[in-house]
Amino acid sequence: MSSVRILTRGVDLAAARAATLNLPRASIGSTVLRRELSSAAIVRPTVRRSLKANALVTDVASRAANQAVRYASSSSEPLSKTQLYDLHLEHGAKMVPFAGFDMPLQYADLSHVESHMWTREKASLFDVSHMVQHQLSGPGAIDLLKKVTPSSVDKLAPNSSTLSCLLEEGTGGIVDDCVITRRGEDSFYFVTNAGRRAEDLAFLSAEIDAYRSKHGADSIKWEILADRALVALQGPLAASVLQPLINTANTPSSETDLSTLYFGNCRELYLTLPDGSATAHPLLISRTGYTGEDGFEISIPTSGAPSLPRQVTELLLTDSSKSRLAGLAARDSLRLEAGMCLYGHDITTAQTPPAAALGWIVGRDRRDPVSATFNGASVILSQLASPKTIPQRRVGLTVEKGPPAREGALVLDISDPANPVEVGVITSGLPSPSLGGANIAMGYVNQGLHKKGTELAVKVRNKVRKATVVGMPWITSKFHRPPQ
Amino acid sequence: MSSVARAIRPFASRVISQKPLASACQVSPAFRFPRGTRSFSQSPLSQVKKYTESHEWIELAEGGKTAKIGITDYAAHSLGDVVYVELPEVDLEIVAGEPVGAVESVKSASDVLSPVSGKVIKGNSVLEDKAKTINESPEGEGWIAEIEVADAAELDALLDEAAYKETIDA
Repeated sequence: MSSVRILTRGVDLAAARAATLNLPRASIGSTVLRRELSSAAIVRPTVRRSLKANALVTDVASRAANQAVRYASSSSEPLSKTQLYDLHLEHGAKMVPFAGFDMPLQYADLSHVESHMWTREKASLFDVSHMVQHQLSGPGAIDLLKKVTPSSVDKLAPNSSTLSCLLEEGTGGIVDDCVITRRGEDSFYFVTNAGRRAEDLAFLSAEIDAYRSKHGADSIKWEILADRALVALQGPLAASVLQPLINTANTPSSETDLSTLYFGNCRELYLTLPDGSATAHPLLISRTGYTGEDGFEISIPTSGAPSLPRQVTELLLTDSSKSRLAGLAARDSLRLEAGMCLYGHDITTAQTPPAAALGWIVGRDRRDPVSATFNGASVILSQLASPKTIPQRRVGLTVEKGPPAREGALVLDISDPANPVEVGVITSGLPSPSLGGANIAMGYVNQGLHKKGTELAVKVRNKVRKATVVGMPWITSKFHRPPQ
Repeated sequence: MSSVARAIRPFASRVISQKPLASACQVSPAFRFPRGTRSFSQSPLSQVKKYTESHEWIELAEGGKTAKIGITDYAAHSLGDVVYVELPEVDLEIVAGEPVGAVESVKSASDVLSPVSGKVIKGNSVLEDKAKTINESPEGEGWIAEIEVADAAELDALLDEAAYKETIDA
C-alpha cells in the first residue's frame, strides 16, 4: 500500500506539471466523446469518471456545451448540423456533440468494433462535412502558404496534395494539421479541423491581412467553402463502390478511370444519378483519407442543389453488402491504428512537427536556414538538425494484456522498479479492434526513450502495466500508389 | 498482410456471431417494465434489487448479508462492446460511491461505483476471459462483484426499478 501511495503522489505532481506545461491531459476514463470535444487549450481536470458520465448522452451533451470551444460560448448555443444530419437520424445514429456539430458516433446497424472491422474489410462512408474547406488563390497564395506551413507547396503538381501543418509564428508550434491540394498555378484547396475552426480562422485572417497590407488587397483571395459537404469513402472496396457511379459522358476515360487516380491526387468528376442524369455539379474526388485504407474524400458543392450531398451519399450506400455508414467512434480507432494524429490530443501548439514525429512534412528544399521563411523555421530546423535537442517525442506504444492506457495515463521508466520515474504521457490509446484487442497507444516520451524496443510502463488506475515503444502504424497502410 | 488478415477475421466473426444469452435476467434495452418488481423474484422477503443514478445495480442475496453488483442493461448498451473489466481484489473494503471495478469499451473506460459499503467476497472471474458477458447479460451472468454488505439498510436509499427507469427516460 505504501508504494501505491507514493505513486499516487507522483501522479498529482505530474498532473500539476502537465497543467503548467499545457499538455493534453484527461482523466483515466477519457472517452472518444470527451477527447474529441476538447481542444488542446483546455486542461482537463483529473477527475474519475463514472458510468453516469459515459452512459448518458444528455450528460455528455451538457458537458460538451460547456467545453466546446467554437460556436458554443455558452451552454445554450445550439449545435450546428451538417447537410447529412437527417440521413444520420434515419440510419439510427447515436448523435454526439463534436466541435460544435451534432455528429454521428455510430449507427444502429453496426457496433463500434463491427463498424471498424467493416471499414478494414469492406467500405465505410463517413460524414466529415464539419471539417473546414478553404479555397486560397492569387499571386500571393504560394508565398502565404510557404510562410504558414513548412511544405514545398510550389513543388506540388497540379491536383496533388500533401499533409501539412499550420505553424505558429516564433515557436513553430502546430496550430492545426491540414491537407493542402494544389488546384492550379496559384490556386489551392485545403481542409482543416472543425475543432480548430475559430483558432485557424483567426490565425489565417491575421496572416492574410499582414500579407495583403504589404502586397495589396488583391494579392490573395481566401474563401471558406461553407456550403460544401465532405464525405470520406474508406476501405478496400471503396474504388469498386465508386467506379461504377462515375459519369463517363463527355469525359475521357483516362479521367473517369479511378485506377489511375493515385493516393494524394484528385479529380473533378460527375456521378450518375439513378435516373441516368449526371450530378448537378462535378465532385472534387481526392484519393486520400484518415483510416490507413485506400479510399476517397469527396467534396460536394450544394449551390442550387441542396440535396446533392444526400443524393451522393445514397448512391454510395446503394449496396449495403459493400458500403455502410460509419461514425466518429470507428474513425478514432481506425486513425489510431494507422498511426495518425488527432489534433488537440496527439498534437497541439505545444509541439513542433519534429517533436510530433512529423518532421517529414518539412519540404526538402525548405531546410536551409538561410532561405527558410516559414513560421518557427529556426526552432524547427535546429530540431531537425539536432534531434537530441527535442525534449519529448511522439511514439507508438503497445501495452501488455489488460486494461488499455488512454489519454492522460502516465508513462513510467521502471528500470529501477523501486523508483519509477515519470517520463511521458499517453495522448491516445485503446484496444485495437484489428489486432484482436491488443492495447495500442501513442504518446510523448522523453528524449532517449523514444527508440523502438524501449521497455517502459504505463499507469492505469494506479496499476503499473508494461509497455514497449513500437513503430507506427500498427496496420499496413493500403494506399493506392502508382506502380513502381 | 495475410497474418493481419488472419488476426482480423476470427475476431470479427466472433463479435458478429455472438448472440445475447437467453437469461432470466436479460432485459432488452427497449423493454419497459410494466411493474415494479422483477418476475423472477422468488422470495420477496429477502431478495431486493436496487439501482443507482450512475447505472449500477445491486441485488441482495437471500439472508440479506451478501449482494452482487453490476451495471445496468442501459449502461451496457450505451457503452457498446466491452473489452475489459477490472475486478476488485478479494477482501477490499469499499465505501458507497467508491469504485468497485471498471468497465472498458474500445472507446471509453468507466468506473463502477459501489452502491453501498462493504467488503469484497469475490469478483466475477467469468469476466476475466469473457468481458463481453457484460453486453450479453449485464444484470445476470455479467455481474461484477459479490460483496458482504455492511448495512443492508443502506439499500433503502437507492432507487427501485421504477425510479431508475424514470432517470433514464427523463
